[in-house]
Amino acid sequence: MTAAHRASRREFLRHCFTGAAALSATSALAASAQQATPGAKSRVVVAHDPQLRGAGSTVDGSRIQALLDRAVQALFDGDRSGDTPLGAWRRLIRPGERVGLKVNTLGGRGIASNLELVLAICERLQQAGIKPGDIVVWDRESAEMEHAGFKLSMGGERVQCFGTDRAGYEEDLASYGSVGSRLSKILTRHTNVLINVPVLKDHDGAGVTMALKNMYGVIHNPNKYHPNGCDPYIADLNMLPEIRSSMRLTICDATTAMYDGGPGFKPELSWKCNSLLISQDPVALDRTGWQMIERKRAEMGLKTLEAEQRPPRYIMTAADREHRLGNSDLSRIETVVL
Amino acid sequence: MLCELVARQDEMSQASRTVSAPLDRRSFMMCALASGAALGAGEFAAPATASPSALSSMGQQTQSDAQFAVEARFYEKLANRKIKCKLCPRECNVGDKERGYCGVRENRGGVYYTLVHSRVCAAHIDPIEKKPLFHYLPGTVAFSIATAGCNVNCKFCQNWDISQSRPEQIPADFAPPQRIAAIAKQNNCPTIAYTYSEPVVFSEFLMDTADAGHQAGVRSIVVSNGYMQQDALKQAYGKMDAVKIDLKSFSESYYAKVVTGQLKPVLDTLVTLRTMGKWTEIVYLVVPTLNDSDTEFRGLAQWIKANLGPDVPLHFTQFHPEYLLKNLPITPVPTLERAKAIADAEGLHYVYIGNVPGHPAQNTYCPQCRKLLVERTGFTANSLLIRKDGTCPNCKHLIPGIWHV
Repeated sequence: MTAAHRASRREFLRHCFTGAAALSATSALAASAQQATPGAKSRVVVAHDPQLRGAGSTVDGSRIQALLDRAVQALFDGDRSGDTPLGAWRRLIRPGERVGLKVNTLGGRGIASNLELVLAICERLQQAGIKPGDIVVWDRESAEMEHAGFKLSMGGERVQCFGTDRAGYEEDLASYGSVGSRLSKILTRHTNVLINVPVLKDHDGAGVTMALKNMYGVIHNPNKYHPNGCDPYIADLNMLPEIRSSMRLTICDATTAMYDGGPGFKPELSWKCNSLLISQDPVALDRTGWQMIERKRAEMGLKTLEAEQRPPRYIMTAADREHRLGNSDLSRIETVVL
Repeated sequence: MLCELVARQDEMSQASRTVSAPLDRRSFMMCALASGAALGAGEFAAPATASPSALSSMGQQTQSDAQFAVEARFYEKLANRKIKCKLCPRECNVGDKERGYCGVRENRGGVYYTLVHSRVCAAHIDPIEKKPLFHYLPGTVAFSIATAGCNVNCKFCQNWDISQSRPEQIPADFAPPQRIAAIAKQNNCPTIAYTYSEPVVFSEFLMDTADAGHQAGVRSIVVSNGYMQQDALKQAYGKMDAVKIDLKSFSESYYAKVVTGQLKPVLDTLVTLRTMGKWTEIVYLVVPTLNDSDTEFRGLAQWIKANLGPDVPLHFTQFHPEYLLKNLPITPVPTLERAKAIADAEGLHYVYIGNVPGHPAQNTYCPQCRKLLVERTGFTANSLLIRKDGTCPNCKHLIPGIWHV
């Protein structure tokens, strides 16, 4: 694909949410993603681009596309996935699948999943053979998504973008441990692959909020699961088979991150981290992101989350013998820094 | 939902008469109609249009909450646009854009809002016995309303589809206090009942509606878990004419694991209600294997007698599998009878068995001479023999309660 074609496709995607016609998907080689082998180390890629915003303050679309590509390739070891980013994506998804991008828009425009990042993901998904109409960008509330800069789009052959308030929740409860909730029909009926697109943030209850807590946007009653630092609720929620079986990848938006005062946006407590964290192990990703927040807090002269009596205990719970959702032990996490 | 109730005005006009004599056939039939198919089913909300599928059509707009959002009472502002809710013992510290545990109160830029003022998702005319209130205007009906939300998460909740939902997930009517009072009056309901979900979480709406009701000559009662802070309790439930408290167990561990609440604040609520002189009845839902020990029944009865007195009605009600406890059986009737026997032996005067239609322990007997005073079948009071001065017609013993309008 030429650079000009990429640029026009990106512009098309940018307008996708307003109803432009879809380009037909090109064929792609089928491939499937490999899940992390139990007992093996978990790989977390931290990709950083100090020039991500160029001379301005907003994220540059082409730079974040490039950053995403490098990160995804590094996750799957570039030499096994071929010379192009598409090889890595084709290890994750196959044509015919319906892919949901669960973004995070609760905090508002300043700290929502970055629109350019989402566009970049959609671009690669289509190139890997996913039809535009089979891509759903979603969160809990359509209004929150609009406030964050997303344009709603439902129906037709374009990339979909809407909240669970438009699709509804399942009638029956899904239960595990301390959690009993109705699940978004976007997860259970509209899609069969979940790509988790959280934001790197401090959280005044849980300590931090990233991959695992982003699943609170999937259920109808997240407010019930905030006591005790959201523990064990976050871990129990992520044990639900509907979530475990569909989550293929987490791409954590750390372009703008918050080191204190989350989850609502407070610009004075945020920083332009200009990074992405990518992993197939959401526990390892959260553990790595926690470290990044602690480093920034120390730099800003703040106490650790432990000292503030809100360490993210849920991360260790998610890794314990009962849950085994991933690795929280740093010695079992391979961090690849780009 | 509410329009249907206004249209039923003529049909229900007989149902609200109180009697100091055996109910005539027509009044009996009206009460039976009001209790409907819910006999033996406890306080099911059965909201008119509560199915979440109502919002499931693609492209359908959700309700705007602007008309329902009113600044909350009972909270403190903190630094960094955070607030501390002072409505219930959770004292949620709520950040900007977040909600409290109840799901119906939200921090917006450092100001806390209730999202359910006038946001009625369930409305029915129920016999008062369904609450259950057995010593308050028997044979009458109550216009019963609820909003979404609850400040606990009982694993056995019968109305979890509204109590555990956020308000935007359930269709609701805009029904301001004056309208509620008017509907109650038009349907000859002497009482408005705040029930089904958890009225603590809609205290602002409850208070305003109680005021409107009293101005219109309509009383108010509340069916509640009693899990609230003292200041809010005195202000909100101070406006009630009667209160029914669900005392889930007599164990802190049960409250923590099964209810996600605490026992002590509820006991404090009961003591405060007594101090305030509010007519109060207690329901204890007996859940097999979880809160059905003799030790617990005895401890409960002893506490009630010592702190509230022997005349507080105590209802042991039958559990039916629901929500997150579908694996447990229905409470055996002998278990309920055992609980009643223990409470009777500890000296409580009015111990009932609920959700078992036709059981003799649904009747009210004089504690002195054992004369049958109120005979009930399900949610229907068949006869009321208590004199107008509230005494037993046989031995003149004073029977506590609010018996007549």
